[in-house]
Amino acid sequence: MVHNKQQEIMKSKELAKNMRKNILLMTHRAGGGHPGGCLSATDIIAVLYKCFLRVDPNNPSWVGRDYFFLSKGHAVPAQYAVLMEMGFLAKEEIKDFREIEGRLPAYPSCEITPGIDMASGSLGQGLSIANGTALAARLNNSDQRAYVMLGDGELHEGQVWEAMMTAAHFKLNNVCAIVDYNKLQLDGSIDEVKTLGDLNAKWASFGWKTIEIDGHDYEQIYNSFAEAKGFKEGPTVIIAHTVKGKGVSFMEDEVGWHCASPTDEQLEIALKELS
Amino acid sequence: MKIAPRDAYGQALVELGRENQNIVVLDADVAKASMTILFKEAFPDRFFDLGIAESDIVGTGAGFAVAGKIPFVNAYANFLLGNGWDQIRISVCYANKNVKIIGHNIGASSGKDGPTHLPLEDIALTRALPGMTVIEAVDGVEVKKAVRALANHIGPAYLRVGRLPIPVITKEEDPFEIGKANIIREGKDVTIIACGVMVSKALKAAENLAERGIEAEIINMHTIKPLDTTTILKSVAKTGAVVTAEEHTVIGGLGGAVAEFLSCTKPVPIRIVGSPDRFGVCGSYEEIHEVLGLTPENIVESSTTVLSLK
Repeated sequence: MVHNKQQEIMKSKELAKNMRKNILLMTHRAGGGHPGGCLSATDIIAVLYKCFLRVDPNNPSWVGRDYFFLSKGHAVPAQYAVLMEMGFLAKEEIKDFREIEGRLPAYPSCEITPGIDMASGSLGQGLSIANGTALAARLNNSDQRAYVMLGDGELHEGQVWEAMMTAAHFKLNNVCAIVDYNKLQLDGSIDEVKTLGDLNAKWASFGWKTIEIDGHDYEQIYNSFAEAKGFKEGPTVIIAHTVKGKGVSFMEDEVGWHCASPTDEQLEIALKELS
Repeated sequence: MKIAPRDAYGQALVELGRENQNIVVLDADVAKASMTILFKEAFPDRFFDLGIAESDIVGTGAGFAVAGKIPFVNAYANFLLGNGWDQIRISVCYANKNVKIIGHNIGASSGKDGPTHLPLEDIALTRALPGMTVIEAVDGVEVKKAVRALANHIGPAYLRVGRLPIPVITKEEDPFEIGKANIIREGKDVTIIACGVMVSKALKAAENLAERGIEAEIINMHTIKPLDTTTILKSVAKTGAVVTAEEHTVIGGLGGAVAEFLSCTKPVPIRIVGSPDRFGVCGSYEEIHEVLGLTPENIVESSTTVLSLK
C-alpha cells in the first residue's frame, strides 16, 4: 500500500510537471488568462485526478463518476491541462484556449468541454453545485464523491457560506472542499483587500472537518484526500497553503501574475525551469 | 370557481413525485406558502429545505441536475430572482441544466406585505436569459398541466405561481403545450394577449367591448418564452390591433415580448397593460390591482385606443 502510494505520488508529480508546461503554453499563446492561480492549484489537482477522482475519459458522462468542480473558474487552464494528461482532451487543443473555435473557453463550459460538469466564471457557485450532486448520490445510495476547489478571494462571496451551512446541515461526508489559499487576489494580498481571518476556525465553526496542509507537499496532499474520504461524520475542507505562480521563479508570490500572459522570453525561461 | 395556483402546484408536484422518482423538490423556508409542504409530507426523502438562502438553493438544484435528477427549486419570486439571478444565469442557463425555477407569490398576490414582497419584474429577469422557458399558467387547472409539461421538458425553465385564488377559466380537457398559445375567445377587431390572472380580466373586458359592438380575440399566452409568434401573427392579420395584459411591470414582460416581435415583423397599434414603472403598495389584492391599473376597464380603454389608431 505504501509502495503504491509512493508510486502514485511519483506519477502525480510527473503529471503536474506536464500540466505546468501546458498551462504556460496556453496562457502564452492566448495572450491572457490567470497563470498564477493555475500554478498554485496544480499539485492538488494532479493528485486528485491521479489518485482519487473516479472518472472515465472514454465516457466523461459516466453516471457513476466522482465530481470535481473548479469553482475558481479562472484557473481552468489547470483543469484543461489535467484533462489533456488524462485523455479527455487532446494536447493539440492548447492552441484553442480563449479562442472562438474549439472546446477551451476562458472559463469552464460544461456544454462543450468533455470532463467538465459545470460552468463557472462567476465566483462563489461551486460548493452549492457539489452539495447538490452529493445529495443526489446519497439518494441513489451511491458512493460517489464531490470535490470542489475554491479560491481564497472567492471566499468573500456570500453564497459560499450559505453552501457551507448546507453541507454541514446535511452531514455531506461525500463532499470535500479545497481552498487554494495562495494569499493573493486581483487587487493585492487578501489581507490588504479583505482578510479571511482565522479561516480554519471559521470552517470548523460551520461544522466542517478541517485539514490544513502545504498545498505543494505531495505526501500532505495525498494524506489529506485519504483522510477526507475516510471521514464519515460530515464534510471536509482541505485548507491548502499555496504559492501563487508555484514552479516558475519569477511568477511566485507575485500578484501581477494573477491575470497576465508570459512573453516569448518569459515562456522560454519558465519552460527551462520546469524541465 | 376560484383556485389558488399554489394549491394546484403543490398537488401537481405530489402526483408527479409518485410517477417519477427523479423529481426532487427544494425550498427556501417557504414550504407552507409554496405548498411544497405537500410533497414534503408525501416524499420526505426527496424534499430538501435549504433555509433562507436563495443563491445556494439555485446552485444546489443545478447540482441535482448534474447528477440526473429533476429539481423543482422554490422560493418567493422576488427573492429567488433577486438573490439567485446570477446562479440562474450561470449554473442553470449557461450550463443548460434541467432545473425548474418556481417563483411564488408573484405579482400582487402577497397583498398587504407590500412593495418588497410584490415581484413585478420576474418575467423580465428570466426572459432575458438565453435558453430559459418562461411560463405563467392561466388558472389552477392549467397550473397542473404546466407542472407536468415542465417535468417532461428538458432544460431551464421558470414558472411563476400566484398565492391567492383566481378564477378558473379552462377545463381539464383543454390542451396545454409549452410554446403553444391558446385562443380563449375568438374575435375580429382587436387581439388581447394576456397571461395569468389577466386573462380572466381580459374576458370581462371583452364582454364590455362586445356590448359596444367590438369583438376581441383573447389569447392565453401561458408561455411567455418561447413566444408563440405563429398564433400572434395569425390573429393580428385578422384584427390589426393589439393589447397585452400582465400582472407584471410594463418593462420587459409579456407586453415587451409581443412589442419586440411585432415591431420587427408586423407593426400594428399596440398598448401594454401592466404595472407602470413603479413599486407596488401595501393593500388587498384588488386594491393593488386598482392602483397599478390591472383592471378590465384599463383593457377596454386600451382596446378602444388601439382601434382608433388602426
